Amino acid sequence: MSQNNLIVYCEIEDGKIADVSLELLTKGRQLATKLGVELQAIVIGDKLNGVEEQVFPYGVDTLYKVEDSRLYPYTSNPHAAVLINLFKEIKPQICLMGATCIGRDLGPRVSSCLHSGLTADCTALEIGPHKDPKTGKEYTDLLYQIRPAFGGNIVATIVNPDCRPQMATVREGVMKKEVYDANHQGQVINLEAKDYVSDTDFVVEIIDRQIEKSKVNIKNSPIIVAGGYGVGSKENFDLLFDLAKVLGGEVGASRAAVDAGFIEHERQIGQTGVTVRPKLYIACGISGQIQHIAGMQDSSIIISINNDPNAPINTIADYVITGNMEDIVPKLIKYYKKNSK
Amino acid sequence: MSLNIIVLAKQVPDTRNVGKDAMKEDGTINRAALPAIFNPEDLNALEQALRLKDANPGSTVTMLTMGLPRAAEVIREAMYRGADGGIVLTDRVLGGADTLATSYSLAQAVKKFGKYDIILGGRQAIDGDTAQVGPQIAEKLHLPQVTYAEDILGIEDGKVIVKRRLEHGVETVKAPLPCVVTVNGSAPDCRPRNAQRLMKYKRAVSTSEKAHLDDNLKAFVDAHPYLNIDEWSAAYVEADPEQIGLPGSPTKVKAIENVVFTAKESRRLDNNDQEIENLIVELIANHTIGG
Repeated sequence: MSQNNLIVYCEIEDGKIADVSLELLTKGRQLATKLGVELQAIVIGDKLNGVEEQVFPYGVDTLYKVEDSRLYPYTSNPHAAVLINLFKEIKPQICLMGATCIGRDLGPRVSSCLHSGLTADCTALEIGPHKDPKTGKEYTDLLYQIRPAFGGNIVATIVNPDCRPQMATVREGVMKKEVYDANHQGQVINLEAKDYVSDTDFVVEIIDRQIEKSKVNIKNSPIIVAGGYGVGSKENFDLLFDLAKVLGGEVGASRAAVDAGFIEHERQIGQTGVTVRPKLYIACGISGQIQHIAGMQDSSIIISINNDPNAPINTIADYVITGNMEDIVPKLIKYYKKNSK
Repeated sequence: MSLNIIVLAKQVPDTRNVGKDAMKEDGTINRAALPAIFNPEDLNALEQALRLKDANPGSTVTMLTMGLPRAAEVIREAMYRGADGGIVLTDRVLGGADTLATSYSLAQAVKKFGKYDIILGGRQAIDGDTAQVGPQIAEKLHLPQVTYAEDILGIEDGKVIVKRRLEHGVETVKAPLPCVVTVNGSAPDCRPRNAQRLMKYKRAVSTSEKAHLDDNLKAFVDAHPYLNIDEWSAAYVEADPEQIGLPGSPTKVKAIENVVFTAKESRRLDNNDQEIENLIVELIANHTIGG
């Protein structure tokens, strides 16, 4: 098996590869091409028949499949054991995973065992040179792991000069998912689970599991009506739902609104939530913390509705309406209904 | 059964309140410049530990923190709320550590405790939001891990039953003790300080704080051993100098930039019916809405 490539750990639920994994394959394909190495993927689970058809269009050159009924649903030690043992053989230079409940559970365990650095929640990944400021040693083609720190007030570029693989996690929606070539074909390598996992790795037993299909799909919604702390209450969020409904959009929220209990975490937009790029973003009562702006600044049109004429979000908005959202949102609904027919 | 419970806690800079002098030139955090608080999710973990203690008489809750000597504040706060004591792992050579060097150092300290049944900690700390230290400690100690815990439902036959909160649902798992459990912010809040405990522990001091006490207070602390918060050094926990601090950190900070967003030229609208209707008409006309 060839070494020194870029590998993406692909999550699978109900036979479907997670969106975040496909987003990472898209990014991984660009990076692998730049480095002149293979893009590899690994899927660990049960009933993986045909799963290659889901990943090959994203440019995967080699897919490792590890199948065992005990490997689904995910548990920490067995999946970590597979990666650790496989990585000792194939020595990838880069490993990417989703910054999900799975990736953030698995990544640290693997990095600890292999003594490789891991950077969580990267918002950009690039390839570039590095010179160690102390030793003067020069490195080429390192993975720049770029992530916000300190509540989003700064952005840090992290490198792992000497340890491999260079590992990074990325949140869903941060990278764009794009098919590389619908007809792209790679090779499949089936690995025997028993060569990588031992029975003693299956120590944690899942006794109950209730996973709901996500009801909220803000990431792919072309129109988002988002509320912040300034919305003031759960009840006022109903107004945003009304507006979203008539416009055919979804409701999002800032971290402050989620922390205040106005709305569920699933709708949080920003560095610690999802990143969105809708056609229209209506920000209601959102002051514009850096960590929120980072998750929505690529929206095509931004309308800010805020009591404070100097709210920071207004600087990146296309339209600013100063006033009470309780007052303005019903007007938007009214005039949309009047003019759309 | 009585349990030896270790709770990992971190004193963190309050990232909601960050000034310009927060970073040093080498890209590491200048903690001295920021207000320090008890990491919020570590308080959720402490509550789970105290509930386990309540349900299993004879159990002890011992705090472990790594940081500057002033991190003893976190231990005292935990004692006011119900913890039995704690250790501050503090040493200049531990500074500048990334998550891997941090988890190695903490794992070495845990080994020093000898006997423990369960290690609890917050899912992540607000200064880094990485959620890496818990699982990395578990790996270093060759223990199972349960992350994203929302409720510890109980202990049965030497196994802990934990409800986990995942992105799209919940999962209940059973893990053999000893193990590492990291607790989510969605778990119940920590109980407040208890007035009696506050009276009992308000004079608790770390080794370095004790050195500054006058003789009377020092004698008082010596007469009440539970008031001593021990400080452990890297050498005491037998940490390999190659694996701690900056040298033991595979990740290096290459660059730090302040975040600046490009401002747009905004159109300011008045909150009146005419302007709002005009905006709607414009958005419909350019197919932003109503398509």
